[in-house]
Amino acid sequence: MAIATIMLVDDEVPFVEAMTKRLTRRDLEVGTAFSGKDALEKLLADSKTEVVILDVKMPGMDGIETLQAIKRQVPLVEVIMLTGHATVESAIEGMKLGAFDYLMKPCDMDHLIAKVTEAAARKRQHEEKIINARIKEITARRA
Amino acid sequence: MNRNLPPLSPYYRSLTRNMVLLVMVISFTPMVLVTGIILDQFSSSHHEKVFAHLGELVLKHKQNIDSFLDEKVQNIRFLADSIDFDRISQPGIIAEDLSRLQSAYGTVFVDLGVVNEQGQQVAYAGPFNLENAIYADADWFKKAIQSNYFTSDVFLGLRGSPHFIIAVRKTWQGQKWIIRATIDFLSFNRLVEKVRIGETGFAYILNREGQFQTKPIFDFTPTLDIYSRYFATLSRMGKEVEIQERLDGAGVKSLYVSALLKGGDWLLVYKQASSDAFSDLHNAQIIALVFFVLGGIAIVAMAVWMSGRMVRRIATSDKEKEIMNEQVIETGKLASVGELAAGIAHEINNPVAIMVEEAGWLQDLMEDGAYKNEADIKEFERALNQIRTQGKRCKEITHKLLSFARKTDSRIEDFEIGHLIEEVVALSAQRAKYSNVELTTRLEPKLPAISASHSELQQVFLNLINNALDAMDKTGGTLEISARQEEGQILIGVADNGPGIPKANLARIFDPFFTTKPVGSGTGLGLSICYGIIQKMGGTIAVKSALDVGTTFEIRIPVKTDDTVENRTVVSASDTCN
Repeated sequence: MAIATIMLVDDEVPFVEAMTKRLTRRDLEVGTAFSGKDALEKLLADSKTEVVILDVKMPGMDGIETLQAIKRQVPLVEVIMLTGHATVESAIEGMKLGAFDYLMKPCDMDHLIAKVTEAAARKRQHEEKIINARIKEITARRA
Repeated sequence: MNRNLPPLSPYYRSLTRNMVLLVMVISFTPMVLVTGIILDQFSSSHHEKVFAHLGELVLKHKQNIDSFLDEKVQNIRFLADSIDFDRISQPGIIAEDLSRLQSAYGTVFVDLGVVNEQGQQVAYAGPFNLENAIYADADWFKKAIQSNYFTSDVFLGLRGSPHFIIAVRKTWQGQKWIIRATIDFLSFNRLVEKVRIGETGFAYILNREGQFQTKPIFDFTPTLDIYSRYFATLSRMGKEVEIQERLDGAGVKSLYVSALLKGGDWLLVYKQASSDAFSDLHNAQIIALVFFVLGGIAIVAMAVWMSGRMVRRIATSDKEKEIMNEQVIETGKLASVGELAAGIAHEINNPVAIMVEEAGWLQDLMEDGAYKNEADIKEFERALNQIRTQGKRCKEITHKLLSFARKTDSRIEDFEIGHLIEEVVALSAQRAKYSNVELTTRLEPKLPAISASHSELQQVFLNLINNALDAMDKTGGTLEISARQEEGQILIGVADNGPGIPKANLARIFDPFFTTKPVGSGTGLGLSICYGIIQKMGGTIAVKSALDVGTTFEIRIPVKTDDTVENRTVVSASDTCN
């Protein structure tokens, strides 16, 4: 069983490929997207993804816009922002908008895995709560 | 001031000249006016004073001489009353009369004689042997016989020396008798001779024929017309004294003061050279002139010195201002490079991240004990290639930055602008990409060279592109940079289709410190620096903008010709006036 199912979103294809290999080796289920729009479409089509690792600076739909869209359309999916130094402000803005955390690029692999694990755990926790709430609701209805 | 100062440019030289002229005009005008008015006033009042003084003097002498003559006539009349004509021809009688006369009135009377109606001198006493002299044809006798008393003009007469006669007519026993006395010419002459003023002032007496009645100190021949005019003027006007200033026979300007004597028969003339009469005035004028010249020299020297100093100071402050402008431009350059740095950092961060991940992947593989089979070795090769590719990418970026940063000096060079535009565009391409701006260039090939500073122009385009990208950051759009030749100028357009600039701001965008960006984000110097740089080159920068349509900056730079350098100095010079 994989630690988590994640999606890597960045416009830099070689970066995404290298990361995919490394993360797969560390027992992560990795999906990829090369633009914000692409990521949204894939998220909507396949609900397995638990954590999205999102580059802030992308041509077209940038990280912040994508984050907003994700939070609107698939609110349970956790988002970790990836940023270069110059865009810390936008990462902080991302946190305000509901991102789980942000990481500086290039990032330490262990650190990343830890964050992803945390994020996935939280997502599962959220889901569990929702399921429990539903069960309660159903039992309450039966009773 | 030290002498090692560099020569000033023509602009400053003409500035100096204008200041010198202005100072001189302002200083000389009142000086000339004041000096002129005072001299004129002084001169006229001095003339009046001199005229009055001389008039008074001549009048006094006229009265003096007239009363002298009158007195002599009275003396003779008094004598005539006591003469006994019966005995007169007896020797000794007349000599006794003469000695009585001389003892009473001095030696003014030289001789004494009695002439009968026929003109024969019947009695005589005196130094000459004139007994029984016949005067029937003498002028004086003809006139003397007509009136009770008569004073003659000076004449030589029988004795052959100048003298004049006072004659008194007496009637005795139906016969007319004339008692005549000769006046000592020297003592009469002394009356006039003592009228001496200054070096050239002297007096003389003329009769109506223009003959001297006294012996003038300076010998000259009187012009009859002039003196007869005096006679006419004086007797017609009824004035006692007539003063005239005119050239004398020798061409020297002289003062003539004249008065009638002896009931209009004689003219007393006082003559003095004007320069002598007005010597005080001349002294004053010379002193004034000396002060004027000295003052003038002082004014000119001061004007030249002060203007020179002031212009030097202006030149220095202009230079300082220029240096400061350069510093502002340099600062602006740093600011725009800083803005670039954000984009560049991200740009360089991406390949670095890839390299780090690929290296990490290789490490992962090695930890797994790979490189045993063909596939692993292939993966190694691929990863290493990827690292090299990304390394090259980094190198390109750093080279772009380096080539930009290297040309930091603002030396004036001749170059073609197309290459520079391409360079700046390449540098901004990444930023444009992230702002979703399509950055294109449309450059006419083979543009003529321009003469400008490479780094300053880079800054202009970087500023304009950065501004356009900032404006379109949210919306995206297109930014086209075009360059073409037009009428000896290169026309460069930087056109975006962003939100445009509101009319209210349009007029102020080139003002320094005008910015619409939030505090801390923009200095408001970018466009004003662009404006300064383009102006300095002798070019123009203009902006057209419409809301929601876009903004176009249009730059015109003159194509390099031989006189470009001259234009530059003129422009910079006029700049410093603003």
